[in-house]
Amino acid sequence: MISRKEIIETINMVEKEHFDVRTITMGISLLSCIRESAEVTAGLVYDRICRKAENIVKVAAELGELYGVPIINKRVSITPASIICAPFSGKETVVAKALDKAALTCGIDFLGGYSALVGKSMTGYEKSFIESIPEALSTTERLCSSVNVGSSKTGINMDAVRLLGEIILKTADLTKDKDGLGCAKFVAFCNAVEDNPFMAGAFHGVSEGETVINVGVSGPGVVHSALKNMAGASTEEIAEKIKKTAFKITRVGQLIAKEAAKRLDAEFGIVDLSLAPTPVMGDSVAHILEEMGLESVGAHGTTAALAMLNDAVKKGGVMASSMVGGLSGAFIPVSEDIGMIDAAKSGAITLSKLEAMTAVCSVGIDMVAIPGDTPASTISGMIADEAAIGMINNKTTAVRVIPVPGKTVGDSVEFGGLLGSAPIMAVSPYSCEKFINRGGRMPAPIHSNKN
Amino acid sequence: MRAIVTVIGKDKSGIIAKVATVLADNSVNIEDISQTIVQGNFTMIMLCDLSGSSLALTDLSSVLKKLGEEIGVSIHVQHEDIFNAMHKI
Repeated sequence: MISRKEIIETINMVEKEHFDVRTITMGISLLSCIRESAEVTAGLVYDRICRKAENIVKVAAELGELYGVPIINKRVSITPASIICAPFSGKETVVAKALDKAALTCGIDFLGGYSALVGKSMTGYEKSFIESIPEALSTTERLCSSVNVGSSKTGINMDAVRLLGEIILKTADLTKDKDGLGCAKFVAFCNAVEDNPFMAGAFHGVSEGETVINVGVSGPGVVHSALKNMAGASTEEIAEKIKKTAFKITRVGQLIAKEAAKRLDAEFGIVDLSLAPTPVMGDSVAHILEEMGLESVGAHGTTAALAMLNDAVKKGGVMASSMVGGLSGAFIPVSEDIGMIDAAKSGAITLSKLEAMTAVCSVGIDMVAIPGDTPASTISGMIADEAAIGMINNKTTAVRVIPVPGKTVGDSVEFGGLLGSAPIMAVSPYSCEKFINRGGRMPAPIHSNKN
Repeated sequence: MRAIVTVIGKDKSGIIAKVATVLADNSVNIEDISQTIVQGNFTMIMLCDLSGSSLALTDLSSVLKKLGEEIGVSIHVQHEDIFNAMHKI
C-alpha cells in the first residue's frame, strides 16, 4: 500500500498548494469542413466541434471527482482557421462567430486556433485573415488567436511582424471598453508548436490526427512549497527537489490525459510540462524564484534561477510522461502571477529583464500591459526581438502584450479571473520604425542548414 | 476498483464507527486501515474495495462528503491510481 506520508502529501498538494490540472484541451481537425462558401463552412465547423467536444466538460468533471484533482479549464483547439477560411477571403468572421458559438454550446472556456502560420511568407488569403483578427476578437467571447511569424528553419517574416503591430493596436482599440482585453486573446509566435494545450496560443496543427487530447498541468505552488524547507541547501539539491516534484505533478497529468482520451474517444497527444501560474497567492512562478533566494524577481540572478527551474521541471517531467510536448517550460505572464505583478508594480522587473528571461524559458513577453499610445512599430519591434530569440535558440517564443487605450505608466489595469491585473509597464521611448518598415524576410539562421 | 478514503479533522469519539457504517451499508470492503492523531488532528486512511458495491466512486464520495460535513471532518475518496501514479515508478 502507498504510505500514509505519500497519501497526505498528495492531498496537501491539492488542498494547500493549489495543485490542479490546468487544462484538458481537445485538438480537432477541421480540414474536412472546408467549402467554398463561408456560411456552409461555418455550419460544418460548428457541427463538427459540437459533436467532438460534446462531452469534454462532463468527462473533466468526472475525472476531477474520481481522482480528487480539480481540472480547471476545458478547451478546444482547431486547425489554423486561415486554412479553413482560404476559399472565402473577406468573410472570415462568419467562421469566427461560428467557432465562438460552438465554444458556448460545449461549455468550454476558450477555443484556440483562429490562427495563421506565416513564418516564411504570406499568401493573399492569409493577409486577409490576419486583417480579420481585430474584428474577430472584438465580436467574440471565447475565441483565441495566434500568428506564427517565424521559425529557426525559415527565418522571420518581417512583413507579418510589421502588420501585427497594427493588428494588436486595432484589437486594443476595438475592445477599449474592456481595457484592450481582446489583445489578451492574441499571441504572436516564433517556432509555434502544433500541440500546445495552453491559451491563447493553442491550435491543432495540420500534421495532427482527427481528435487529440493534450493536457497541461500546473503546480507552481507545489514546487514552491517543496523548496520552503530547504534554506541553506545547495543549488544542486534544489534542482533535484524540483525534478522529483515535477515528476509527481506530471504523472497526474499523464494519468488524466490517458483516461480523458479514452473516455472522449480521442487520441492521447501530449502532456505539457509548463508550470502555469495564476494570480492567486501560493500559485506563483515568481515566488519560486524568490524562494531560491532572490529578494524580488527581476533582481540579477533571476535569469539563472529561472533557467535552472525550467530545466529541472523538464527533466522530472520527461521521465513521468510517455509523450511530452506543447510549450513545456515555466510561464512568466506578468498579470497572471501575483509575484510578477508585485515586482512590476515596484519596478523590480522591467521589460528588458523579462526579455532576457524568455531566452531560458517559455514563452515570452506574456500578459504585459503597455501604454495605449505605444506606436505600432514599437510593438512590432518587441515581436521581432522575441522572434529573434526563438529563431536563434531553436525554441518557441511569443509576445502577448496589451496596449491599454487611454492608460500610461503609473496606471494599472484589471482583466479579472485567471487573466489577473497588471501595472502598465514602460516601453523604450526610442523608435524602431525605420527598421520595422523595411519589411521583407529575415533569412534563416546559419544553424538551420543541417541537411 | 479500489479507492483511498481519507478522513482528516478534529478528533472526537465515533468518527471511525460512523465512516465504517456508511461503508458497510454500501457493501464497500475495508482492506486496510490506519489511524493516527497528531496534535489533536485526527487522520484516518483506508484502502477500500468498491467492487461489491452498487455505488460508483463519485456517488460514495458525495455520501461521505455529506457525512463529513455533519460530523465536522473532511473526507476524501480518490481512485487509488492517483497515488500509484504519483508515488510509484
